[in-house]
Amino acid sequence: MKVEQRPAESKSPATLSDKATLLKLHREMLLVRRFEEKTAEMYQAAKIGGFCHLNIGEEATIVGTISSLRPDDYVYSTYREHGHAIAKGIEPNAVMAELFGKETGTSHGRGGSMHLFSQEHRFYGGYAIVGQALPIACGTGYSITYRERDEVVMSIFGDGATNIGAFHESLNVAKLWHLPIVFVCVNNLYGMGTAVNRASAVTEIWKKACAYNMTGERVDGMDVLAVRRITDQLVEQARAKHEPSLLECVTYRYRGHSMSDPDTYRGKDEIKEWQGRDPILTLGDHLKQQKLLTDQEIQKIDEEVTAEVEAAVKFAEESPEPDPKELFRDVYAEAGAA
Amino acid sequence: MPVLTMRDALNQALREEMKRDESVFLLGEDIGLYDGSFKVTRGLMKEFGEKRVLDTPIAEEIIVGAAIGAAMSGLRPVAEMMTVNFIMVAMDQVVNAAAHIRYMFGGGTKVPLVIRTPGGGGHQLGAQHSHSHENWFAHVPGLKVVAPGTPADAKGMLKSAIRDDNPVMFIENEGTYAVKGEVPDGEHLVPLDKNDVKRQGDDITICAHSRMLIVAMDAATELEKEGISAEVVDMRALRPLDMMPVIESVKKTSRLITVEEGWRSYGVGAEIASRVYEEAFDYLDAPVARIGAAEVPAPYNKRLEKIAFPGKADVVVTAKALLGKN
Repeated sequence: MKVEQRPAESKSPATLSDKATLLKLHREMLLVRRFEEKTAEMYQAAKIGGFCHLNIGEEATIVGTISSLRPDDYVYSTYREHGHAIAKGIEPNAVMAELFGKETGTSHGRGGSMHLFSQEHRFYGGYAIVGQALPIACGTGYSITYRERDEVVMSIFGDGATNIGAFHESLNVAKLWHLPIVFVCVNNLYGMGTAVNRASAVTEIWKKACAYNMTGERVDGMDVLAVRRITDQLVEQARAKHEPSLLECVTYRYRGHSMSDPDTYRGKDEIKEWQGRDPILTLGDHLKQQKLLTDQEIQKIDEEVTAEVEAAVKFAEESPEPDPKELFRDVYAEAGAA
Repeated sequence: MPVLTMRDALNQALREEMKRDESVFLLGEDIGLYDGSFKVTRGLMKEFGEKRVLDTPIAEEIIVGAAIGAAMSGLRPVAEMMTVNFIMVAMDQVVNAAAHIRYMFGGGTKVPLVIRTPGGGGHQLGAQHSHSHENWFAHVPGLKVVAPGTPADAKGMLKSAIRDDNPVMFIENEGTYAVKGEVPDGEHLVPLDKNDVKRQGDDITICAHSRMLIVAMDAATELEKEGISAEVVDMRALRPLDMMPVIESVKKTSRLITVEEGWRSYGVGAEIASRVYEEAFDYLDAPVARIGAAEVPAPYNKRLEKIAFPGKADVVVTAKALLGKN
């Protein structure tokens, strides 16, 4: 599918000419990439069970959007959320340990790949029912307005979620109740194995915002700087004006829907073409052109994040399993529970 | 003690809890400006404003979903589903989300949420407005399910539900809103996990909840005239299910009837009977008898509807049969 770029009315904020921010974006994307590659390896080695959905290819969308948030802003995500959790600040150790089903994981081994969570990082969960988290995100948005706070909620979902009722109910009340939400659609062109144009009457997802008189934007989800620029604007709009928006990031997952997907529904050429626009290499080239990084420095960053991921695996390996005696823990909150 | 209708007892509970705790807010269809479909929320928008009594679109999934998110983010929402039949539209949020969120996130958050919703038939509303589904929710770990049958319990259990840190399905009944009873003023809390003997008796035990509690009490009065002493156990706490009063009662009477307004198959009575067989089999002198709705979608026609739902006569006849007195 050819991406028709709709130019966003962006004025380049100063942060993006800031070297530290550029390096941070690069490093985080590389961390997510290496984490997911290692996750695939660990899944194949049967260290990780269940379903496992990888973010490889989507790093610019993940890091470009989430890096725009403050630590006290909220993120709601889907079952393809390892990268989102890491971008929101959760330690790779805790994410990998959760994938391993260990007590030290983000959800103490009760959730797994699809149900990461951290109260501390305001990462409000991976949800494995398509579209389910959008209404829940609206509730957090309502709580923010109710308590007269200035936090923002980012609700992240795939293109497949935009055809389900919950999506439309959520956009409607977000606009109606002036909720501080940025809805981020990660349009990776396929809802599982079904291409957007076989599932949605409107293939430019951003246009679905129009029905709710809401700001809709489309951005090249392989370009982290473009994603970050537009997200900065939409987050500010949510925070300052309590006006929600829908941001469509057009991106691609290099791997199948999940680790068990043989990927027979799309052509090898298509995958290659998208890999040719790799977000990490693109930003790396940009940084080299700007004389902000050298090849040797990029190599060094790669070694550092790779070591971080190796350490996460070691941490997960060495962590204890949940105690069978605690099977029933947290089915209910006891009085006075956190 | 003041005498209130069930409707006003519920309204009082909501008003008291909203005054007590600013994080309590209400949301639902036509609960504010319209004063509520069944007038349970009458006057509350006027008193507390539109922020705390939030009228929503007719969109059940967003009502329950938003309530969950608000509950995870510091508030104590009380969502109204106009009838329990409509909650089917939001079942994903109730079961997959509200009930499971705490566990699947390893105890990292909690969902202090109340969903109030009336079930029950008898008003010629047909197959999509008349059913009782509390057993569906009582099946699910992570939910609490209560179904009070008196105004005092309605007030006390609703206040407890709002203060509880878990998602509570608070099942009301359209046929009981006008029922009157004594209701204690002010701070009156009834636990969510205690069933209650509402009438003492020696010959037979009748278990019932919600509107069927009233039916069971009426039946017990009639049975008394025929020399049969029935004990009535109010099964207001369905999950967690407090079996203690039933087991104790069965040990005394050796005979048990369960009454529910919904269908018997896979129902509340089935669960109670099963637990009695497991825990008090040797005390029984007869099989447990289950009374419930005829297994048809609720019919519109008045005569058909009347025979489709259980009533006092069904309980009286069944009790006499169990005691060999027909």
